Amino acid sequence: MDVVEHYLYTKEHEWINIEENVGIVGITEYAQSALGDITFIELPQVDAEVEQFEQFVSLESVKAASDIFAPMSGKVVEVNSDLEQEPGLINKDCYEKGWIAKIDLSDMDEKSNLMNAREYVKFLESLDA
Amino acid sequence: MSCSSHETLQQTPLFSEHVRLKAKMVPFAGWEMPLQYDGILAEYDYTRKGIALFDTSHMGEFLIEGDAVESGLDRVVTCRITDMPVRTCRYGMMLNERGGIIDDLTVYRIEEKKWFLIVNAAHIPEKAEHFRRSLTPKAVFHDVSSQTGKLDVQGPGARDVLGGLVPDIGKLTYFTCDYFQLLGEKTLISRTGYTGELGYEIYFPAAKTKDLWQEILENDKVKPAGLGVRDLLRLEMGYSLYGNDLTEETSPLEAGLSRFVDFEKDFIGKKVLLPQKEQGPQRKLVCFTSENRRSPRCHHKIYTEDNREIGEVTSGIFSPPLSKGIGMGYVETGSAENGRKILFGDEKNKIPAEISKRPFYKNGSLKN
Repeated sequence: MDVVEHYLYTKEHEWINIEENVGIVGITEYAQSALGDITFIELPQVDAEVEQFEQFVSLESVKAASDIFAPMSGKVVEVNSDLEQEPGLINKDCYEKGWIAKIDLSDMDEKSNLMNAREYVKFLESLDA
Repeated sequence: MSCSSHETLQQTPLFSEHVRLKAKMVPFAGWEMPLQYDGILAEYDYTRKGIALFDTSHMGEFLIEGDAVESGLDRVVTCRITDMPVRTCRYGMMLNERGGIIDDLTVYRIEEKKWFLIVNAAHIPEKAEHFRRSLTPKAVFHDVSSQTGKLDVQGPGARDVLGGLVPDIGKLTYFTCDYFQLLGEKTLISRTGYTGELGYEIYFPAAKTKDLWQEILENDKVKPAGLGVRDLLRLEMGYSLYGNDLTEETSPLEAGLSRFVDFEKDFIGKKVLLPQKEQGPQRKLVCFTSENRRSPRCHHKIYTEDNREIGEVTSGIFSPPLSKGIGMGYVETGSAENGRKILFGDEKNKIPAEISKRPFYKNGSLKN
């Protein structure tokens, strides 16, 4: 299963790519594949404060609905509004064009609650077992 | 995001084919079935615009020999069967004594006194038992489910593609059936389906169904399609799904299926249904369309515009041509009229919708 080497991951299959103080957030290949064709996304408000592991996005696929949780705490500074017209971007390119939101991170220590790529791959293998 | 199941799942003769085609497999009605191959939206286009092939071998087949009335069959199914021409099919239900739906089914009259019944995949032995118990000693009953494979070829191009294997397939009109030579087997084929498109259901020996599957897929216009898109296709047509929209706790009148019930004959469950027919049912199964891209989901509640709970969603999905969520659910009869604005969701989140006529999708090739 595809992962990106320098991203961090949650057990709920979100990724975060941290550049200085800002984290770009999306869902992983495993998550988009499990959900199937995504048909709707409810993006967070810009300026919304989010807590680590708190629900901040709702996704729907043809068959199912799913909550997305913030990988780290902070303030939402930008959302990927392309997704409102074309939520399927997440299926096509979950790690780049299918990013969901950018968060101005408030607590870098929270990184220790996340998995690196190698740990996440191991975690995925444990799910299949 | 995981499905867990502790029951032992049954597999169709095509299980290895689904794995080879990298289908996503899921438990369904006690069976391990393909949810999707290329994705629900891709498979949607295959079925609505091209030709899709479905493995429906999980469904049950019963063979009954005997006179329509003397065998007791006429009492077990709700639809009228005595006037069915030979080689035609008819949709109906089997009910319990309380008038609840044990299953919906299709009756094929394959000879004057020979009947083939297609039932849903869940609890096939229990349904066979219901027949054995309810038929008279004049009936000969066989549950042929385990030796029967079943493939559905569905889509506007279905006749052309199947015509390559069965030259005279064009003679089948909507809801008729006949025997044809196919890969050296005498094969029952009906012009029926669950998608709203021109299509055929093929009954084949289970041990050889894999050969037929591969033969049909040899034509690269045909793509395999799974249960995910099947649910979307049937819901766009407003067809009920047993287990969701129909259960032992729902009656044909509540489900809007009274035209498939012959009240002029005797049948199991009639006593309870008669007063319901006189007074009208307390609740009704309705179709509704979301005002946006949000889709209703099974067990969502249904509310009036002023937030009074009036029912529950039994099926919901996203319709690609409408770009809207669509669903079915039971609501109080007083709130069931077409055009009524409703809300669906839960206490936290309610989404506006409107009760609408079935079908949601009107451009199908069903009767082409």
